[in-house]
Amino acid sequence: MNGRTIATVYLKELKDTLRDRRTLISMIVGPALFMPGLIFGMGKAATVIVSKAREEIPRVMLISGEDSPGIRAELEKSGKFRLEPASADWKQQISEKKVRAAAEIPPGFEKALRDGAAPAVTLYDYQGELKSGLALEQLRNFFTALRERSTAKLLADRGLPATIARPFEVKEANVAPPEKVGGNLLGGIVPYFIIFLSLIGAMYPALDLAAGEKERGTMETLLCSPAARTDIVLGKFLMVLTGSLFAVFSAVASLGATLFLVVSSAGPAAKGDPGLFSIDPMGIFGVLAMVLPVAVLFSAVLFALALFAKSLKEAQSYVTPLTFLVVVPVAIGVLPGIELNFRLALVPILNVSLVCKEMLSGVWHWGYIGVIFGSTALYAALALGLCVKMFRSEGVIFRT
Amino acid sequence: MIEARNLTKIFRDSKRGEIRGADQVSFRVEPGTIYGLLGANGAGKTTTLRMLGTLLRPTSGSAKVAGFDVASEPDRVRAQIGFLAASTALYARLTAREMIAYFGRLNGMDERGLRARIGVLSEELDMGAFLDRRCEKLSTGMKQKTSIARTLVHDPQVMIFDEPTLGLDVMTARAIVQFVRECRGRGKTVIYSTHVMSEAEKLCDRVGIIHEGALKAEGTLAELRERTGEADLEECFVKIVAPGARP
Repeated sequence: MNGRTIATVYLKELKDTLRDRRTLISMIVGPALFMPGLIFGMGKAATVIVSKAREEIPRVMLISGEDSPGIRAELEKSGKFRLEPASADWKQQISEKKVRAAAEIPPGFEKALRDGAAPAVTLYDYQGELKSGLALEQLRNFFTALRERSTAKLLADRGLPATIARPFEVKEANVAPPEKVGGNLLGGIVPYFIIFLSLIGAMYPALDLAAGEKERGTMETLLCSPAARTDIVLGKFLMVLTGSLFAVFSAVASLGATLFLVVSSAGPAAKGDPGLFSIDPMGIFGVLAMVLPVAVLFSAVLFALALFAKSLKEAQSYVTPLTFLVVVPVAIGVLPGIELNFRLALVPILNVSLVCKEMLSGVWHWGYIGVIFGSTALYAALALGLCVKMFRSEGVIFRT
Repeated sequence: MIEARNLTKIFRDSKRGEIRGADQVSFRVEPGTIYGLLGANGAGKTTTLRMLGTLLRPTSGSAKVAGFDVASEPDRVRAQIGFLAASTALYARLTAREMIAYFGRLNGMDERGLRARIGVLSEELDMGAFLDRRCEKLSTGMKQKTSIARTLVHDPQVMIFDEPTLGLDVMTARAIVQFVRECRGRGKTVIYSTHVMSEAEKLCDRVGIIHEGALKAEGTLAELRERTGEADLEECFVKIVAPGARP
């Protein structure tokens, strides 16, 4: 191995790549915009949609309950509902979003309430539909409050204290520091995108430096030089790895900058309760360290696939299924309830996704971290060895 | 000098079985001469030259280029050759200067020597006007000059040309032919493959006619004419490669 030759090949590839707009987009611009755009853009969009939906006074329908006019009057008086006249096709109207929810009041409801019986009110909504869900929530709150008032009145009528129906209160308090809360909230999604971006960042350079060179005829030109094959492949591989790491670092840097801007612009109130916007910096460093062997693994696998291909088109047809192979284990890692164990610590990609989630939420299982780092580094070394072997094979380089 | 002895290359194809890309090819090229490898498309010219350039490894037989064995010393062989083919393209996003410098560095040249060498080549090949222009913006002629400079940057003893005029216009092809002659004038060992008879007649001191992977005949143009009884090289070629012709 000749370090000077490897550096010569690497620097040439770096210069060549930095002049290619498409690669720059996949390596830097895309990842830099992707994570903040996705996390905060979608978050903002969701907030706007939900708050707009909350502003709307929902149209609801009372099914039957004609003998309980007090309920209707209270619902109207609350100002939180627009009562629609009862109709036999109420289900159809909910499906068509003309009415958001309905409440079925049983006959003799008010009388039963006074007598201390336990009549059942049934609430109807269209599950999965946001505005219908909000209307249901409003109706539930109304009837819960009504129940509590009725209970209090029944107790008072009998000369009993209100605490008899509520002998103790239940309170909740968080003991996790804000950065752990943020880590838990972002812990699932951040590793998912970082791992995925380390694949995306390596993709275009790998295709261009292997299959692209074959297609354009520059591979043969390069092979005519006295540079050893191993030096050439290592120089090119380092460039593919650079693409992968560039994508990861641009994403993390832009995410960090966005978090900083959000917290700074949110004012002192948000600073006092950082919640979502606080992540333990050690967790971020841990994730970056774990992503390093993953980036080597992705770069080597992508480079090997692109080397085998005769053309860019063929290479793309190999790389697309690889994307799905990566997305699935990473997505499994994001699912709640999946916990790291020794067997999962040996499953490539999934193991990194799980351990990153733990590190961001402040849990450091050093044994697993060692196993995962070591096994991923081993897979990466094997993939890189395959690249070198393939590059030395004329059957691969001159495949027709 | 180039010396090939029974060079054979067998390709294995899942559909077509065993294919002999080159079959027992032997010849010798002396310094200061041009050896023409003449054959139809698919005859085995490129396979033979790729073995000499160490891009392919011979299945059997051997070859020495500038005293180094192509199988056991491939890196040293490549350091002695300049390989120019229709299929050896340029990096589109590099400038002509960067392209030449890249190959100079891969040949182990130091920066000072490289700068001086690029200056000399730029002057010789009249590249001053486009030396700092990206290769993707160059005309075909400019690209060919850049390719030539790329092959010459390390001043190799041996030049291998694989159909270098393929697809070029008349003026650019003439410039290439002139350049090949100059290589001979500088005492370099030159091997030149083509299927264009007129080029072989103009350039070559000796000619090897290759057909279906095997070298069917070899000699000077005069020897080939005498042997076939034909004055025209094209007729000589047809007679030699005709089915049933004596090797």
